[in-house]
Amino acid sequence: MQMLDTSKANGQSAAGSVRLEHAVGMHARPAVKLTKLAKKFQAQISIRASDAADWINAKSVAKVMALRAARNSIIQIKASGEDAEAAVAALIALVAADFPDQGP
Amino acid sequence: MNMPTALQGLAYRGRTASIGFAHGPFVRFDADADGGRAAGLPAEEAAALRRAVQLASRQIADLAASVGGEAAQILEFQVALLEDEDFLEPIFAAIGGGDPADAAWSSALDRQIGDYTAATDEYLQARASDLADLRDRVRRILLGAESEPLRLTKGAVICADDLPPSRFLEIDWSGGGGLALLRGSPTSHVAMLARARGIPMVVQLGAISDAGQMALLDGEGAILELDPSAEQVGLFEKRREIHRKKRASARAILRQPAASWRGERIKLLINIQRVDDLEHADAQYADGIGLMRTEFLLGGRELPDEETQYRAYETVLRWAGQRPVTIRTFDAGGDKPVPGFTPTDEANPFLGVRGLRLCLQRPDIFMVQLRALARAAVRGNLKVMFPMVTAPDELEQARALVAEAARGLRAEGVAAAMPELGIMVEVPAAALRIADFKASFFSIGSNDLAQYVLACDRSNGALATLVDPLHPAVLELIARTAEYGRRAGIAVSLCGDMAGDVRCVPALLERGLRELSVNPAALAQIKQAIDRLSSEGSGD
Repeated sequence: MQMLDTSKANGQSAAGSVRLEHAVGMHARPAVKLTKLAKKFQAQISIRASDAADWINAKSVAKVMALRAARNSIIQIKASGEDAEAAVAALIALVAADFPDQGP
Repeated sequence: MNMPTALQGLAYRGRTASIGFAHGPFVRFDADADGGRAAGLPAEEAAALRRAVQLASRQIADLAASVGGEAAQILEFQVALLEDEDFLEPIFAAIGGGDPADAAWSSALDRQIGDYTAATDEYLQARASDLADLRDRVRRILLGAESEPLRLTKGAVICADDLPPSRFLEIDWSGGGGLALLRGSPTSHVAMLARARGIPMVVQLGAISDAGQMALLDGEGAILELDPSAEQVGLFEKRREIHRKKRASARAILRQPAASWRGERIKLLINIQRVDDLEHADAQYADGIGLMRTEFLLGGRELPDEETQYRAYETVLRWAGQRPVTIRTFDAGGDKPVPGFTPTDEANPFLGVRGLRLCLQRPDIFMVQLRALARAAVRGNLKVMFPMVTAPDELEQARALVAEAARGLRAEGVAAAMPELGIMVEVPAAALRIADFKASFFSIGSNDLAQYVLACDRSNGALATLVDPLHPAVLELIARTAEYGRRAGIAVSLCGDMAGDVRCVPALLERGLRELSVNPAALAQIKQAIDRLSSEGSGD
């Protein structure tokens, strides 16, 4: 588990990254948890795996699954909107805690 | 009848499948028996998919709650996918571009499944089957194979492309209503059910582009009017009133003495699908029950036990008193599949293991029915009839089983008797070789007889003009059967739709039939038709 920095600019957007340690990578169960949590925030949230070119919508389970993020890849997260900072922090905490069954 | 001259934009004409009138809310129900689906406007298709997605979501969530554990987490993925706007958006876009809902849905899922299947990762490959499950669930809902129980406003006019008999039976018709089918056929099984229940039904209405709020359905004129003007409603109510008066005067005829034609007594019996049909106000005037179908007993989760069956048969015999009651053994197969009973792998079920053929192959199921019937035989005037008989040996095999059932019961100290045994005449071979059968009575099943003689699937609307029960070949077989019965002193009746069709009755009487069995709702009209023929014949 490794949490990296979160940074913010002008209070409307935030970004951060975290190492994915889940045994099978970003698959169905983690993807469902991640998108469910992302949907709790108003902010637009995007993620990408390692250094893939495209950012995808963190609220879309189909897209998150399609990332095919493998174990130990770095998940980058960015958000914009009122609760952007809280969203990024929450998602990083979720991934860092390896998707626990109780909410982070 | 004068049709209203101002049939406004929203009037559609089809073909009559069942007479009667319905005035009520218009409900589109787009599902179809054979897996096809008529696509509506893009907006309707989008709404259909949205409903299907919501329903599937609820079903899966319920399922997840009941299974728990890892299985529940997999199911949660399916629910999450159904709530994924990014995933659904291109599907709705395809629908907006003119794709039908089921096609747009299936092709999006197929693409996704293809991606997963192609993955090198086993875990992802395994998700492909979850997605296939999800694809099929939503598809089934869209095709109407499974959906929420129909909660319909009383008296609704239901509009569908076509309707499988199972769906018709799920609908609560106690508050009236009507059925308007875009395709369909007046000779289908559903049409038969609608006539038996007295539900107006019009088929082959073609395309209906407007989704209305209120509908008028005139089963006699075969007209569907949507969002009618006050004038249209007025004219409709006038036609309904004329129909009501006609029926009332026909009903008065029921209280008069038995029907006769050219000095000969004509027996009018009734067909019932279930015990409740005896509650029809006109049933009491029948000369007996010409056909009690027993397939309703097969509708439950499990096959009915002897006691359940006995109670049903005994109730009907008690109702009938001294009058004869003809009970037909299970006629499953063909267009009446029964899970766990009928074969599932037949290429042509109408020519397959159905009727008595099936019962003889399944003595485990058949003997239960025969025991119940042998017990009921001591309670009234019971006749037992076997359907779909081709060869005399089939009747003899069945007779041996009935005798065995009666013997077994008596050995157990249970009262039982051999009922009279007869056959349905619906296979052309049986009609042609009628003298070979040692039956106590014959009943002509004109629907199947016509279907087999004319080689026309009667549920196929495209053949509706060919399936003519008055075809000379059909009438000739009826005449030969009636003639044989007269010479041999064996009763011959006819229990198909022809008997309840006023246009066919003269031909049937001319061909020598003296017993007709009809739905309770048609009894008055047929008696009136015979009376009219009688008075015309005697020159009154």
